[in-house]
Amino acid sequence: MSLNLKNLRGAVLPLALLLVWYAVTALGLVNTKLIVPPEKVLQVAYKFVMRGNFLESIEASLFRDLSGFLLGSVAGVLLGVLMGLSRWTERFVGPSFNTLKQISLFAWLPLISTWLGTGDAAKILFVALSAFYPVALNTFEGVRGVSKAQLEVARVYAFTYKQLITKLILPSASPQILTGLHLGLIYAWMATIGAEFLLISSGSGLGDTVIKGRAAFNIELIVFGMLTIGLIGAIFNHIATRIERRLLVWRGA
Amino acid sequence: MAHAATLEIKNLNKQYQVGDKSLPVLEDISLSIKPGEFVSIVGSSGCGKSTLLKLLIGLEDQYQGDILLDGKRIVGTSLERGIVFQEHRLFPWLTVEQNISIGLLNNTELSAEEKTNSIQEHIELVGLKDFANAYPYQLSGGMSQRVAIARALVNRPEVLLLDEPFGALDAFTRAYLQQELQRIWEKEGITMILVTHDVEEAVYLGDRVVVMQPRPGRIKRVIDVNLPRERTRSSAKFTAIKEEVLREFADTPDTVEELTTQTTVNEAPKNSFLTADALCY
Ligand SMILES: Nc1ncnc2c1ncn2[C@@H]1O[C@H](COP(=O)(O)OP(=O)(O)O)[C@@H](O)[C@H]1O
Ligand SMILES: [Mg+2]
Repeated sequence: MSLNLKNLRGAVLPLALLLVWYAVTALGLVNTKLIVPPEKVLQVAYKFVMRGNFLESIEASLFRDLSGFLLGSVAGVLLGVLMGLSRWTERFVGPSFNTLKQISLFAWLPLISTWLGTGDAAKILFVALSAFYPVALNTFEGVRGVSKAQLEVARVYAFTYKQLITKLILPSASPQILTGLHLGLIYAWMATIGAEFLLISSGSGLGDTVIKGRAAFNIELIVFGMLTIGLIGAIFNHIATRIERRLLVWRGA
Repeated sequence: MAHAATLEIKNLNKQYQVGDKSLPVLEDISLSIKPGEFVSIVGSSGCGKSTLLKLLIGLEDQYQGDILLDGKRIVGTSLERGIVFQEHRLFPWLTVEQNISIGLLNNTELSAEEKTNSIQEHIELVGLKDFANAYPYQLSGGMSQRVAIARALVNRPEVLLLDEPFGALDAFTRAYLQQELQRIWEKEGITMILVTHDVEEAVYLGDRVVVMQPRPGRIKRVIDVNLPRERTRSSAKFTAIKEEVLREFADTPDTVEELTTQTTVNEAPKNSFLTADALCY
């Protein structure tokens, strides 16, 4: 991507905020114990990155995030396609699915931790669950949206059932499936951090780091953790947007 | 395949089930079409033209009577019968070339190399060589319809059915594609059945023009067009035949209210299509 004016425009607000942040702390306008100056955050960041356990905690979070996302989205696409394709599955699974959907994601945590404790397995299951919903829902709607006119084309050219799925239904539903995956990716990241906050374990992770910072009243660390979490989320979002755009060139948007 | 077929329709009757009522759509249609013949079918909207083509292509299989291709009853859809719909129905995620290749997906007679060649040939046949890698959104309506024609022809079907294929196009494009279709018909030598509500188009292209009347759909008259090709639309003979066809419409009772209620019926079965049984798999 070229660095044109449009891309720079998005950087104006963060830079301005950074400046204000710097100014109010440098001029002593606020309690610097609660609102720490940016340079202190930088110091902590430097120390952390140098010690190596910061990268370790990023790694641990990403591992949970991506394994959960993978599990949840594969299950979501499968169930979405199945429900979209068959009256039977929709009739039997649909109502339960819609009821389960009403349970706030975080309400699953007590149950999950009772079953699986607070280790990686529990966290990954929670992340998978949070990615699963948007993927399954959007996939289902995409499959349902396949046009009758195109289904007739498939019959005219004697598509087998497999061809019907791979050559018509999946590509036709792909915009919605990708929307689901994109949402799933973002939900999974939020769930990863949430799980690390709430399922406290001896493991490392970005969420754990921030929580430890709170325990030690280390605001620099909290702020640095938050910024990192936000940055990683933004990178995920950016990658997903680009992949979507690449895969959907045929829509000519 | 490649050769043209005789198509025989004998005492064909078709009803649609609407609620608990049986709505007669086609009544006692009999028509014998010679190999390589070009038959135009005209009739007002709702008189069952699309339904007739759906029966001939095999997308509908509930009917009484016989549909025989070279003496054999047709069963379901088959690559020996091709169809072009009013909307192009291309797959938007495939390029022109890939869309045409959909026609050959289940063709077992050609080798991979022959398929590639055939696809190229058909891209050229419809004059879209420069657009082989374009996506449907990059094409005009006329170009999309040409791709749909190529997709239908690439299997070298014995019969090509066309359901108002140029209905949505502007007059210039339509006239151009009519000429193109005639050229393709002469080159391929296959049987073609064209449904249209454009009487001039019907007379320009047809060896015969079948006039249908509605409620229920019946054949009112079959008019021979004994004019050499390429036909001149302004010639006295052409105009005379056109007038003759139009006269058949003039005394067909056909009220506007009836047509409007029919359209609503047509839209009724939505969303219920994706069941495995509806797909006949
Ligand atoms: N799937 C269907 N179910 C019920 N009625 C239908 C269906 N398809 C078409 N019809 C009805 O059959 C009649 C003929 O329709 P159609 O063959 O589309 O006419 P045309 O193509 O000549 O305009 C219309 O009255 C229409 O409402
Ligand atoms: Mg029609």
